[in-house]
Amino acid sequence: MMLRLALASLRARAITVAMTILAIALSVSLFLAVEKLRVGAKASFADTISGTHLIVGARSGSVQLLLYSVFRIGNATNNVTWESYQDIAARPEIDWIVPISLGDSHRQFRVMGTTASFFDHYKYRQGRGLEVADGARMDDLFDTVIGADVATTLGYQVGDPIIVAHGLASFSQHKDQPFRVSGILAKTGTPVDRTVIVSLKAIEAIHVDWKSGAQIPGQSTPVDEIRKMELTPKAITAALIGVKSPLQTFNLQRAINQYPQEPLLAILPGIALQELWSIVGLAETALLAVSAAVVVTALIGMMATIFSGLNERRREMAIFRAMGARPRVILGLLVFEAVIMAMIGAALGLIFLYLGLAVAQPLLDRAFGLWLPITAPSSRELWVLATVVLASAIVSLVPAFRAYRMSLADGMTVRT
Amino acid sequence: MTLPILTVSNACYSWKSRSDFSLFVPEFNVEATEKVLLLGESGSGKSTLLSLICGTILPTSGSIRVAQTELATLSAGRRDTFRAENIGVIFQQFNLLPFATVSDNILLPLQFAPQRCKRISGGAQEEARSLCAQLGLPDGVLRAHANGLSVGQQQRVAVARALIGSPPLLIADEPTSALDANSQAAFLDLMFQRVTAQNAALLMVSHDERLADRFDRVVHMTDITSNRGVSA
Repeated sequence: MMLRLALASLRARAITVAMTILAIALSVSLFLAVEKLRVGAKASFADTISGTHLIVGARSGSVQLLLYSVFRIGNATNNVTWESYQDIAARPEIDWIVPISLGDSHRQFRVMGTTASFFDHYKYRQGRGLEVADGARMDDLFDTVIGADVATTLGYQVGDPIIVAHGLASFSQHKDQPFRVSGILAKTGTPVDRTVIVSLKAIEAIHVDWKSGAQIPGQSTPVDEIRKMELTPKAITAALIGVKSPLQTFNLQRAINQYPQEPLLAILPGIALQELWSIVGLAETALLAVSAAVVVTALIGMMATIFSGLNERRREMAIFRAMGARPRVILGLLVFEAVIMAMIGAALGLIFLYLGLAVAQPLLDRAFGLWLPITAPSSRELWVLATVVLASAIVSLVPAFRAYRMSLADGMTVRT
Repeated sequence: MTLPILTVSNACYSWKSRSDFSLFVPEFNVEATEKVLLLGESGSGKSTLLSLICGTILPTSGSIRVAQTELATLSAGRRDTFRAENIGVIFQQFNLLPFATVSDNILLPLQFAPQRCKRISGGAQEEARSLCAQLGLPDGVLRAHANGLSVGQQQRVAVARALIGSPPLLIADEPTSALDANSQAAFLDLMFQRVTAQNAALLMVSHDERLADRFDRVVHMTDITSNRGVSA
């Protein structure tokens, strides 16, 4: 019956109570959404590259190697000679190896030279492969496959010509050897979307007439002649490696790191990604703190609502007291009210979250390649909800104790 | 002769915030089944005396016994339970929880008084229904919300609530002040009928001397108190 009375009392103040619940619900859903985004972004980030056991490059830092080989941020300090590459490629542990050659650009996008095996072995989001959305893979020497963002930003379609610039943000262009867009990749949410992919040979081909970063004046080898040349690269920037058995990964890593002919570095992408996330992850913590502050604000709002209601409810309390209710019954009623509001708010917040998720999931995937899986609330999320309810109980103790003291002082006399 | 239901002797109460004023009641008794009208102007200390009798405040000195129990010997929590068990309270107006049903309002004191609950032979709901019928409340009123009732009906529901489970003492604080003259008479008739039927004692506080002839005894606040105020 006391429960019924408490609920009836809440219902009598429906509008204020509803507003309070709404505030809690919105803040809870905001907090959970930020949490989902955070976990999703982290997972997406960790899923940028999967299935690759090792990344090899010139010796530098592991984060740096990851940044330029996978994220196309920054530059390689040095290259890996073709001989070293072939040495490594010939090792028995190797299942597959994909060379990458970076350094040129097209507009704001990086150009990456690689082999056809890149399309087979580059995996993201737990083993998803690259898909050509439109057109086909490179066939001709001067064919290029572009990422989804490149196509949308520059408005390219299959068959369009592309001129590659030498270096990054450079004015010297490889005008003599225009490329043709042969295919456009489906959106992946990885840096591949912002990459212009050409064959490793094409990288050699456009640099035939170049020496130490500049075109040799007056020299322009006709395209036909280039096609006849043996376009073996002298160096590559990095290589992605898959080993036959994951157990061999560390052995191979050690072997590459101790490669005597050239200072090389092999990294485990997962570990390097974690290292990188620990740097970027700071923003995530800030975001989480802000949304936690929103939840706290909502709870304080609830406390204010209970507080402001106390005076009008003095009569209610006096009646309870006259009927023989102890002051702690009054205290209990107020805490119970707060807990009920918080519970409804939390449940509503969860519903808002899933509704929002259902709407936003495809949009986020399309726009940012960020995939937020719709799963049952994790234990962490349930823990958050329980904390909100618990916090509401604690917060409500403040007005509840005031009511307790008021009802002790007022007794059963009604003051209005 | 039966023992008095209420015995006040040399009870003194002084307000912490008003050190210049205190209430002193040398002697005041209410016998079992007696109906006493306590007359007094506002500010004469009626409310304080009622609070003392109900045990929400304790006298600074002296003794207050309700149903042969010295209130000061009980802890605060026990006094609350004791009040629930032994005293039915009726206020001037707005007696009921407006958001609750009439039924819940009537049954509310039983929540805090297990003994009073046991005194009801049939079901509590059934008891509430028969009380409502005896107090002339319409059928089906139990399920109605208290705020939908007229003031007169609300006061009668308050009587039903004070009487349920037959507490030996009823305290009514100007229960008729919100009613017009006709309703006053009808209300008092009904209340007296029920109080007599249940062998309860009634202590009613009012400032209206015209009600006096209905009561066994009329007491003026000034007769039983001596305000030892040292008014500045």
